[in-house]
Amino acid sequence: MSFLSFITLLLIYQLIGEWVVIQWHFAIPGPVIGMLLLLMTLLFRPPLAKEMHFHAHPFLAHFSLMFIPAGVGVMVHWPRLQAEWSAILAALLISTLLGLLVTGGIMLLLMRLFSKNRSEE
Amino acid sequence: MNTHSAFWVYLSASPLFGLTLTLVCYLLASRLYKAARYNPLANPVPLAIIAIICILWLLEIPYKDYFSGAQFIHFLLGPATVALAIPLYFQLNALKTIWLPLIISLVIGISFSGVSAYYIAQWMGASEVTQLSMIPKSVTAPIAMGISEGLGGLPSLTAVFVVITGVIGAVFGTWLLRKVGIRGDAVKGVAIGVTAHGLGTARAFQVNPQMGAFAGLSMALAASISAFILPWVLEWIR
Repeated sequence: MSFLSFITLLLIYQLIGEWVVIQWHFAIPGPVIGMLLLLMTLLFRPPLAKEMHFHAHPFLAHFSLMFIPAGVGVMVHWPRLQAEWSAILAALLISTLLGLLVTGGIMLLLMRLFSKNRSEE
Repeated sequence: MNTHSAFWVYLSASPLFGLTLTLVCYLLASRLYKAARYNPLANPVPLAIIAIICILWLLEIPYKDYFSGAQFIHFLLGPATVALAIPLYFQLNALKTIWLPLIISLVIGISFSGVSAYYIAQWMGASEVTQLSMIPKSVTAPIAMGISEGLGGLPSLTAVFVVITGVIGAVFGTWLLRKVGIRGDAVKGVAIGVTAHGLGTARAFQVNPQMGAFAGLSMALAASISAFILPWVLEWIR
């Protein structure tokens, strides 16, 4: 599969996703629908996954680059950030760090619980 | 001087400038990150963002003009989200054994991150728009922006919160989890993917591919279910 067909395929799935969202007034964003549809396609056609993986890896390696234009948008919200910076910083910092601990803690607990149940069966 | 300024007027108005500036700053910041031996404190994303803002500010270029070029990179978030299906597909086998703990952790993790940010912002006196825009901040950018709009937040403000959240998770995530004794690549990957989306996932891949795969899996799953649960959670806490 060429890189051009790879990117075209991704855009087609995104387009179908966006179309589904508009058509049925879904609350889920179009790219997510596109992702789920692509996943279903891959389940039915496993060779396609290997072909796409070749291009997906370098493409997703720069996922963080794609967040930069949105991050620079901080400029536009400067007045709001200046007025509310302490609340914003505290909320983002505390909720993110606590979120990490809560998610990791629950995952660890449940995995132990489930593996225990399985070994007892 | 005259031809010089004419060139400048042309350049700052064309999309070429914002696009090139973004790529150059990202590549330079990535080099610096590599030179710092991937120290999480030298994460290239905040470095590039700060550099770009300084340059735009010095040259007096408004964000709108910058974005006319940078939008081509921003646009890639959509197809990249679709492409997440591919690593997700390769992790399906791992998913078979842990799907129930994973789904429960995802739902609790997403709701907890959003609700705690909402309440802390409210308690510290932030405006309502700020509070609402905080709720989807742990979800990857294009999806968070869509959810924010539905909740009555400001999508562009949410995008900023998403990036800051991702940077916090990428910088402190693995360190914090190790510090409290949470071990195992699967567990750490899930925690980072759920709370710090793509930016955390990029960092997890650097630490080790196994953790990265689990982070990517959780980010993709979180992205697909958060659109269902966050509006419902907001209704419930109000």
